Amino acid sequence: MTEHFPVFIVLIPFFGALLCGLLGMRWPRVCPGIALAGMGLAVVVAAAILQRVAEVGEWSYFVGKWEQPRGIGIELRVDGINALVLSAVAVVGWLVAVFSPGRLGRDEESKPTQFYILFLLLMTGLFGITVTGDAFNLYVMIEISALTGYALLAMGPHSRARLATFNYLIMGTIGASFYLLGVGYLYLHTGMLNMAGIHTVLAANPASSVALVAFTLIMVGLWLKMALFPLGGWLPNVYTYGPPLAAAAAAPLVTKVTVYVMVRMMVTVFGWKWVFGGGGWNEAVVWLAVVAILAGALMALAAKDLKRMLCCLILSEVGYMVGGAWLANRWGMTGAIYHILGDAFMTLTLFLAAGVLAGRAAIFKLERFEGMFRRQPWVMAAFAVGALGMIGLPPTCGFFSKWFLIRGGLEAGHYGYVGALIVSSLINAVLFFRIFEIAVFGSKPGKHGYDGPQVVVEPDGVKAKGGDLLALYGAAAMVVVVGLGSGWISGVIQRALEVNGVPLAAPAVLAPAVDETPTNDH
Amino acid sequence: MRAFGLIIVLLTGGLLLWGVRDFPLFGAADSPANGGVVTAYYLQHTMQDARVPNAVTTVLADYRSYDTMFETAVIFTAGIAIFAILRVFDDRGGRRLRKSQDAPVKGDQYRIIVGTTSRLLIAPIQLFALYVLVHGHHSPGGGFQGGVIIGASFLLLAVARNLQTSLDRFPERRFLAMGAGGVLIYAGTGLLCMLLGRNFLDYGALQAVLPATGPEMARSHGIFAVEIGVAVTVSASMFAVYAMLASRGRLKDGL
Amino acid sequence: MPTPFQILLHNFNYVCYVVLLMIGLHAMITKRNLIKKLIGMSVFSTAIILFYVSIGVNNGGDMLAGHDGRPVGNIPVLEHGIGHDAITHPETIDPRRYANPLPHVLMLTAIVVGVATLGVALAITQRVFQDYGTLEEDEILAQLNNPQENDD
Repeated sequence: MTEHFPVFIVLIPFFGALLCGLLGMRWPRVCPGIALAGMGLAVVVAAAILQRVAEVGEWSYFVGKWEQPRGIGIELRVDGINALVLSAVAVVGWLVAVFSPGRLGRDEESKPTQFYILFLLLMTGLFGITVTGDAFNLYVMIEISALTGYALLAMGPHSRARLATFNYLIMGTIGASFYLLGVGYLYLHTGMLNMAGIHTVLAANPASSVALVAFTLIMVGLWLKMALFPLGGWLPNVYTYGPPLAAAAAAPLVTKVTVYVMVRMMVTVFGWKWVFGGGGWNEAVVWLAVVAILAGALMALAAKDLKRMLCCLILSEVGYMVGGAWLANRWGMTGAIYHILGDAFMTLTLFLAAGVLAGRAAIFKLERFEGMFRRQPWVMAAFAVGALGMIGLPPTCGFFSKWFLIRGGLEAGHYGYVGALIVSSLINAVLFFRIFEIAVFGSKPGKHGYDGPQVVVEPDGVKAKGGDLLALYGAAAMVVVVGLGSGWISGVIQRALEVNGVPLAAPAVLAPAVDETPTNDH
Repeated sequence: MRAFGLIIVLLTGGLLLWGVRDFPLFGAADSPANGGVVTAYYLQHTMQDARVPNAVTTVLADYRSYDTMFETAVIFTAGIAIFAILRVFDDRGGRRLRKSQDAPVKGDQYRIIVGTTSRLLIAPIQLFALYVLVHGHHSPGGGFQGGVIIGASFLLLAVARNLQTSLDRFPERRFLAMGAGGVLIYAGTGLLCMLLGRNFLDYGALQAVLPATGPEMARSHGIFAVEIGVAVTVSASMFAVYAMLASRGRLKDGL
Repeated sequence: MPTPFQILLHNFNYVCYVVLLMIGLHAMITKRNLIKKLIGMSVFSTAIILFYVSIGVNNGGDMLAGHDGRPVGNIPVLEHGIGHDAITHPETIDPRRYANPLPHVLMLTAIVVGVATLGVALAITQRVFQDYGTLEEDEILAQLNNPQENDD
């Protein structure tokens, strides 16, 4: 049975969704159970895949056994990079499944059955994106995760959510279509859809305007979908106004998995030499990422409510990963991939906490944090872990990803990027310590940019329940676990990069991470 | 904004045309796509591997059937997504009991010609749908096309008479269950292959359970099985999408 | 070495697809009416379908004649009566005589995805209309900026 694991992990949530579709109409109660059990099984399978891949390096699975000649069938391919992403997606999915039952109404009107079907299909799509080795199959999977995402985010009671989702749909369709066009150009040029097959042909005849256009289209399409700053205007409204549960499921995963797709395209399909071989355009992309980091951070600074602030931080984090991947050295790439995992858990922690604190409301003004450490101490403790991760304090994963990324930046000699990382960490520190200050001491009029009348804080209708806390603490624990396991994880990533032909790093420039320490002063 | 949009459009167009410059000539038989190993394999081995002369069907439902399974899932997703976004339950309890025969809808008397014609047409349409579905191995056709035609026959009924008439014959619970059931037929076929000890969707394994003379015929039957699953999902979801959109999610007298 | 004009003429389909795609993209990003955006989306995805199907066209050199001398249809369905040879001697089939089946398969997927996306988009549009009573983006934004409309 173990040899089927790469396809198995996609099938688990898929069959779960179908079962929910058949049984959920009559017995809606079974759906949370199916989701919980299915995602739990997926976590186990993902862990098994990760363990095996850490030993053997690469693992191919041919659906329908169409193996030779290469490219006639669909290949699923797992290496260190996507095994890690698979595990992260599985754990996040499981935690959201744990979180969900307490957050959904039981009545027909709130459509719990449909939520679970769509949620499991979203997981199917994300697993499928991660595991596939076929460029066109990737498009199908992107569309599954996108369609379910639109529906989940438009389901809620908030009328602005629908408008925001409509814009998301338009942008997402343009992005996915650009990707599809790029694949078409690649197919025209190489006659292949298999990623490794495309790579072989491209490596043989590198200079071609068709391949160049294909690369540009794919990158722009993916940047649209992952919300790199100037192309990511759709994101804040979507996740702010969308239903909190859907936002907690989609926000940590969809953008990160798209970043993974970008990495896969750069490393496996086009290849390191092809991407960084000619022209200085990687410089330009890193500067674009710098702009994204700073713009996201500044927008977060201007935000007056919690969810919008978190959404702007996502924009900033996407900049981290894109910049790291385009630094053109191994440490930058390692940092970007490691940050996919770390950021998934940090974002999950913060969004789950926001979901508990805000309940069903879309807007949660920062001043409502007043006295929150007293009223919801457990939720705030987990929130604090996520916040420390965002700031980048050890031993959370945020520290290590910044460590890798800064190291990559220094090695590439790109001080603008390093500076942007440090500035954004400082801004994160300001943001979150402002919240802690409000939560501990209360917001005083005239300070912190807030000078309206004191808001009478009504007790929040939603109290944290068992499932909420379990999910929240699971996410917070993962933030620390990924941080503590950074040595092993970066080892797996580096081995996978080496297999994919990423050149060895130059002798390490050991820059101490003193940049992080001043953040304590705030 | 307008000028900005125009610039983006022109840039995109320019980029695409710049790529067209280096394309192999239109219709060239020796372009990498047309003359490649993969295409040659598909055309040369479709008979040998699966006994299906229609190469599109073989590629769709066998060589790349993993894609097609998720394509079916996309349709199922669309049905569920539209249900989730649009469905409102405003008259609880009574909605399943109401029959169109009990309450004639305003305007029915004007529909004699259209109604009668459509009633005559629907049976042949559905029969033709089954032909398209079954004959996908030998001519253009298959699960998607057949399923769409079946769905269209219910749409015709809804347009010619009213939505309730269609819903009486194809009620909500049934099309929701059929949407999931069709995909389950597809994925279940694949899973069966796995349980019989081969890779997922390797229909050759079905030799053990189907009356087939060899793995090739088993593949042919396997393709047929998944096409049925596709047709079930497509017809159900087509109708679901139409019914939800036409009645603004109330599934009562809509368009 | 063909001149640029010849390239253009030979690749007429590709040029058409670029023009269609530009029309669709323009509607998607500059129109302020939600339905017009969706119309643009349909044109856009149709353009991509045209592109893919054009890849698969195969004029087969000068070999448009079947094994019995009649011209074959260029569809990727093997000719009738070729059966037994095809099973035992697959190499006797000349792939140059058939259109490439793969783009057709891929486009079946893209069509399905396009329809599904359009359906979901129309559902969202209906809800937007129910919420705001209009599909003009400007009017919706005006309503949102109206302070009494502030939904917390």
